[in-house]
Amino acid sequence: MEDLSLHILDVVENSILAGAKRIEIKVHENIAANLLLIKIKDDGKGMDEDTLKKILDPFFTTKRAKKVGLGLSLLAQAAKESGGLLEVKSKKNKGTTVSATFQDNHIDRKPMGNMAQTMMTLIVGNKDVDFLYQHKKGNLCYCLDTTKIKNSLEGVPINDPAVIKAIQKDLEKNLR
Amino acid sequence: MAGLTVEDLKKIKAAHQATATLREGGFRAKVTVHMGTCGIAAGSRKVMTALIDEVAKREIKDIVITTSGCAGLCSREPMATVELVGKPPIKYVDLNEEKIVKILTEHVLAGNPVKEYALVMGSETTY
Repeated sequence: MEDLSLHILDVVENSILAGAKRIEIKVHENIAANLLLIKIKDDGKGMDEDTLKKILDPFFTTKRAKKVGLGLSLLAQAAKESGGLLEVKSKKNKGTTVSATFQDNHIDRKPMGNMAQTMMTLIVGNKDVDFLYQHKKGNLCYCLDTTKIKNSLEGVPINDPAVIKAIQKDLEKNLR
Repeated sequence: MAGLTVEDLKKIKAAHQATATLREGGFRAKVTVHMGTCGIAAGSRKVMTALIDEVAKREIKDIVITTSGCAGLCSREPMATVELVGKPPIKYVDLNEEKIVKILTEHVLAGNPVKEYALVMGSETTY
């Protein structure tokens, strides 16, 4: 993966495959503490303890058709290479939380990449799943909550071309 | 940083109601962009973005765009599957932004599969 926004897309796709209905993505750039935190919390089917122990093994997957499971292993590698860590918490039938930390100014810390494209891919591709995206950087905070957007739209589908354009514009304006 | 306001969304709602069609609720085509780890690493987000941009630009309301996991053919990613109602699904391989726009124009909208980008005509459907 070239950047962190692609890792986020990859991990959130796992949440979707786990049947999550609401997924919270939080990115916190704590410049004062030189810490970058990415947290992805879902309400999907979760994992039992045995599965949880194996998930960072690149040769472990829950899918029968495959022999490798690289998504989380690659994110763990990206975190470790930049002085951080990956932590996964999960409870069967409750959901999973993936937290990755990075030393913000580490020479090997991957760039954030295009979060607008990641969010658009998720929102348009999964109209029945709700997403919260919160990005904090110092004192600035950007928040996109599709539950609120859907409520205001009162029945207009979130993947309607006009809604797509509005969300895209909002993301691009606020995330540079 | 200001977010989307409720007023913005209400405006969209009013415009949507004015143009709502009889087809609402139904769709005539589904495009699935494969978004597994392999697909993402190979550039499937660019393909998805090109598709979303084109659908928004042309204001196409009767097709569904969605994502799926790895289809087991990682070396031919980025991939996408096009399903037209009543027609066999077609898997496209080795995609990029230009190819997906051509597939949207010729296959999804006009009904003529783009044979040179297709892997195979399949039989399974997901709708």
